[in-house]
Amino acid sequence: MTHEIIVAGFGGQGVLFTGQLLAYAALAEGREVSFIPSYGPEMRGGTAHCAVVISDEEISSPLVEEPTAALVFNLPSLARFEPRVKPGGLLLLNSSLVHRPVQRNDLLVYRVPASEIAAGLGLDRVANMVMLGAYLALSRAVSPETVRRLLEEKIFARSPQLLEVNRQALEAGERYTGSLALGA
Amino acid sequence: MKVLMKGNEALAEAAVRAGCRCFFGYPITPQTELLEYLARRLPEVGGVFLQAESEVAAINMVYGAAGAGARVLTSSSGPGISLKQEGISYLAAAELPCVIVNIMRGGPGLGGIQPSQADYFQATRGGGHGDYRVIVLAPASVQEMADLAVLAFELADAYRNPVMILGDGILGQMMEPLELPPFKEDLPAREWATDGCRGRARRIINSLYLDAEELERHNLRLQEKYRRIAEREVRWEEYLTGDAQVLVVAFGTCARIARATVKAARSEGIRAGLFRPITLWPYPYRQLQAAAASARAVLVVEMNAGQMVEDVRLALEGRVPVHFYGRTGGMVPASGAVLQELRRIGGVGRVQHVRPA
Amino acid sequence: MSSTFAPPEALTKVPFHYCPGCTHGIIHRLVGEAIDRLSIRERTIGVASVGCSVLAYNYFNVDMQQAAHGRAPAVATGIKRVLPDRVVFTYQGDGDLASIGLAELVHAAARGERITVIFVNNANYGMTGGQMAPTTLLGQITTTTPSGRAVKEAGYPLRVVEMLATLEGPVYLARVSVHDPANVIRARRAIIKAFEVQLQDLGFALVEVLSICPTNWGKKPVEALSWLKEHMLPVFPLGEFRAVS
Repeated sequence: MTHEIIVAGFGGQGVLFTGQLLAYAALAEGREVSFIPSYGPEMRGGTAHCAVVISDEEISSPLVEEPTAALVFNLPSLARFEPRVKPGGLLLLNSSLVHRPVQRNDLLVYRVPASEIAAGLGLDRVANMVMLGAYLALSRAVSPETVRRLLEEKIFARSPQLLEVNRQALEAGERYTGSLALGA
Repeated sequence: MKVLMKGNEALAEAAVRAGCRCFFGYPITPQTELLEYLARRLPEVGGVFLQAESEVAAINMVYGAAGAGARVLTSSSGPGISLKQEGISYLAAAELPCVIVNIMRGGPGLGGIQPSQADYFQATRGGGHGDYRVIVLAPASVQEMADLAVLAFELADAYRNPVMILGDGILGQMMEPLELPPFKEDLPAREWATDGCRGRARRIINSLYLDAEELERHNLRLQEKYRRIAEREVRWEEYLTGDAQVLVVAFGTCARIARATVKAARSEGIRAGLFRPITLWPYPYRQLQAAAASARAVLVVEMNAGQMVEDVRLALEGRVPVHFYGRTGGMVPASGAVLQELRRIGGVGRVQHVRPA
Repeated sequence: MSSTFAPPEALTKVPFHYCPGCTHGIIHRLVGEAIDRLSIRERTIGVASVGCSVLAYNYFNVDMQQAAHGRAPAVATGIKRVLPDRVVFTYQGDGDLASIGLAELVHAAARGERITVIFVNNANYGMTGGQMAPTTLLGQITTTTPSGRAVKEAGYPLRVVEMLATLEGPVYLARVSVHDPANVIRARRAIIKAFEVQLQDLGFALVEVLSICPTNWGKKPVEALSWLKEHMLPVFPLGEFRAVS
């Protein structure tokens, strides 16, 4: 199985961090992986996105043309990436910020109030972890456990408070879509 | 153990491991991470990092440092590489080893900052004045950004010649897992370096030959060296070329896209294959000809308006129709669009899809 | 018989190609004498520039690199950064240093590169046959200012040493001349100092040497020396503009 993932949003929403975290987790699991960030002026204030490919086989092209999943953090990114998702693919929206309906009817659409959940945990910035958790619960592109271990051992090893809130956000995201998927 | 790194950073770290202790450069997107990485890294290993006042100054610092015997690196992108051309001509003429990285962006002029391959002519045909050649290596992955950096320093020393690594914005910015090369400790002796004439005759590093006969002799010697390089140092990769009826030729990022396309075409029953030059100069002319032996059509895919396609035509000498698909300005060819082209030109070579009973 | 006068060891035996009366020969000799006096010949690397002194690598009996037009300070920077315990000098004319190579010069100076720059100012482009230089005087006739340098078209001459004296990087800046023996002796002292500050690892040093170009000025050598004294000295005053205390 090859996961081709787009993560898109405003600069500052942790979009590139989310993609990188996915990539590091894939590497930790011994999978093939590639990560391409958008770069240049669009990073400063505008939208940012990144493309992550995770596969069990050698990755031919690291470019993601038809993502199997898009994690959309803001409205401009929905306009940009909705048309590109592979038919039958996943479209995860941060519904706290993206209110417009999705036009396509051949996608699995999940609306996650990620910013609200993050605010509930006391740190708006962790909306990206909510989205990631929500995505991993649905796709298992990498194991959420691997991500948790990375957060613990590498990324927030020296800041227990940040670790705690990021872990809570990841789990809240997992629970949110996990329950939706079960309920469906 | 594999690590996940950006192409620019992988190249920079590999350069350090290859014994490079000297970098002179100037910021320009999309190669700036290379500069920033070395600004941090080189002092750790007792090396020299200097942000020059311009690309012109940087390449001339490279000249001085290479002449003083250092393994030296500079990097830039299109507009900056244009500024370096004068210095590259002098480096080639004075036979100084060095490595120059071009992380290409869209041109001409100030152009843009998105990925491109539009500096192919500039890299492979000179770019500066006079009859000279620069060895040009084209990585297609983060692993190769590192591996070819090591090779670049070795070739530069072996032939006392500038070597260029021609990447693009995607390769520079992309992260992939890679195996970093081991540290090299002993570098080849430099019996020609100007490092002070203690106990020996003085040395001169120079490219001025006012006597025409002498300059011609110098040129003939350089040409002889270039012939030797062309004989020995051609590098390329083939993917499913054995029975290919449609052969895609692409380098760098385009080769990655083309590889995905070839796979997709095969699943449709089109006998497609990929030929990827790794050395753009010397170009694998004979190897391409051999790889295209069974091809009825060739498709060249580039992120430019059609530059390497000229070398492909030179290699194939009119034996096979050569088609071109390119995007410019920072647009990246979509594998879907390339597949469309393959279907169009590969129609003749399409085989019956036989399903197992 | 004991020898009382011999060429410096830091100069080769190759005869200079310079025109009759040209003072490049004197300045080469002063540089050679400075290198001998400081006993640094075997650890000195010189950088030749483009212009009349393009062949300087034939004359200095030290390791030499020939640089692209104007780029000698960048080349010298590259050498010195790799070999900080060696002595590196450039030898540049006014076109090379003050026109095409001004950026490289100013930034090497601002960085305080430990190099010694010998700047020969003869107020015109000698090698290419007497065109206007950035240091050409107002009213001075050259092949590209046939009616004399006019402010309206060609602006004013550049005073390099004064400009560099506004920077913190340089530790020794002097303008000297070689139009008579007394000044030659002062020039020798300045050039020695410019090497000494490098040996002491203090910073950037430059000596501007006013020089004559009898061929392109269209003057006999003696007339040219007087012309330098009468016309160049008022525009390019001599002295130390930055000195080590």
